[in-house]
Amino acid sequence: MDDTLLLDAVERYRNGEMSAQEITFFEELRKNNPEIDQLAAEHNFFLGELEKMSDLKAYRHNLNEVENKLTNEGIISRKEAKGKAKIIYLWNKYRRTIAVAASIAGIVSISTATIVSIYSENKKVAVITPLVDTRLNQFEHKLTQIESKLKDASSVQTKTPVKPDFEANFRATAFLVDGNGYLVTNAHVVDNARNIIVENKKGDQYFAKAIYSNKLTDLAILKISDTSFKRVIGLPYTFPKYSAELGEHIFTLGYPREEVVYGEGYLSAKSGYYGDTTSYQISISVNPGNSGGPVVNKNGEIIGIISSKEANADGVVFAIKSKNIYNAIKASGNDSIKLPSVNSLRGLERVQQIKKLEDFVYMIKGN
Amino acid sequence: MNTIEEEKALLEGLAANETNAIEKIYRENFSTIQAFIVKNNGYPEDARDIFQEAMIVLFEKAKLKSFVLSCQIRTYLYSVCRRLWLKRLQQKNQYYPAFELLDETVQVEEEIDVHEKVNNDFHLMEQALLKIGEPCKSILEAYYIEKKSMPEIAETFGYTNADNAKTQKYKCLIRLKKLFFAQYKNGE
Repeated sequence: MDDTLLLDAVERYRNGEMSAQEITFFEELRKNNPEIDQLAAEHNFFLGELEKMSDLKAYRHNLNEVENKLTNEGIISRKEAKGKAKIIYLWNKYRRTIAVAASIAGIVSISTATIVSIYSENKKVAVITPLVDTRLNQFEHKLTQIESKLKDASSVQTKTPVKPDFEANFRATAFLVDGNGYLVTNAHVVDNARNIIVENKKGDQYFAKAIYSNKLTDLAILKISDTSFKRVIGLPYTFPKYSAELGEHIFTLGYPREEVVYGEGYLSAKSGYYGDTTSYQISISVNPGNSGGPVVNKNGEIIGIISSKEANADGVVFAIKSKNIYNAIKASGNDSIKLPSVNSLRGLERVQQIKKLEDFVYMIKGN
Repeated sequence: MNTIEEEKALLEGLAANETNAIEKIYRENFSTIQAFIVKNNGYPEDARDIFQEAMIVLFEKAKLKSFVLSCQIRTYLYSVCRRLWLKRLQQKNQYYPAFELLDETVQVEEEIDVHEKVNNDFHLMEQALLKIGEPCKSILEAYYIEKKSMPEIAETFGYTNADNAKTQKYKCLIRLKKLFFAQYKNGE
């Protein structure tokens, strides 16, 4: 039997194109003739492979069609990640490397700091340091002035120029609790301030007034008094009424510098300094200026407000429990303050959470 | 979430290469996979690749007559993607990502091994097709891939009748078979 004929026979057999008589004949032939049988088996296998390939090609074609359709609908992101997106992916890609580098840098700076503190040790009376940055020195003022001049020069960018004749002597953090210009910060931040300015990430500055302040809970509510302030919508976080758990991972955004700074840590105790039940103890690296910053858990809920740290211990930080905010609002007698009720940070990656969050965390300065 | 009947229908649709079924599965699962891959050192392009690959694994499985999916499509795809991505990361010698261990996954090792073999055979066949030259390549593609009928092929390629075209097709097929097996056996 010719190879071609056999191939034809196998193919027709596979495709069910043979008559019953032919099938019997063909099967009989294979049975009685091992050589033909082996060749037929080989042909059969080969045709099977060819068929598989053709099925797979057709299927891949359809996969690509569906993929293109969904890409056009925006459900699948486009092939090239550009600009910002790329940076995020690079960040994701290299964060482990960066983390390693950062921790080495961290260790170096910690050891340097220790050496410095050993040599400059002086007896501290106060154990607790509020985290307001009062060291705003001449240098930083110069910087701000130069910055504002630069901004003025490229005029169009600045919406609200730096308030004139304003020499701030402290800096801390606050965050919006209501888009109509209500912010929360620590009482110790604003208690002795005559003028308060809050500044958002974009650098827009607004005058604000403390409408409520309580030394005991160390909470203050500010209201932006500038008419240029426009209502902000979409506060992405909520304030849980339940207590946070030990070991919960938390992070904060704050202004220990003129730029927003991220820090992360964990909840280390359910009470604060000397068993103060209105606070948590958290382990996080913070600096003067972090006061009033939100303490956010992984679900994007604000569980506390950073207030102070133990001066002679590392990473022992106290944060006021956020349920005190409810009480503070009630006590302020202002019924128009509405805390956000929708959490849009839940389930996001940390980097995305920060991106969404940072628009609502303000720097607060004053004198 | 789909009922068991819906999932069954989806898989049957997939085995029959129906675009609707493919699209539904894409819509329901792609974003999860993309999130997973981007979270673990990947780009969105990687997610597209891996997801396609997993869809092929699922297709190969769905085509088997003996096939019963013992878990949800969602779980199955996730497990396959996870396994594939882990493999790829290892090949690239990158950091072993810290996968969340509580993820619901099923064993897919065997399927992935089978899939790799299928992939390999697919490439062998493609290579063989490239090597046989024209007009054989076009005739075979017209018949086996584009599923054209013999009379159509006879007309396109200028044969006087379908039988002549058929003879030519078988000659080509035998050459292809030789090339395929030559590599196939080398590969073993």
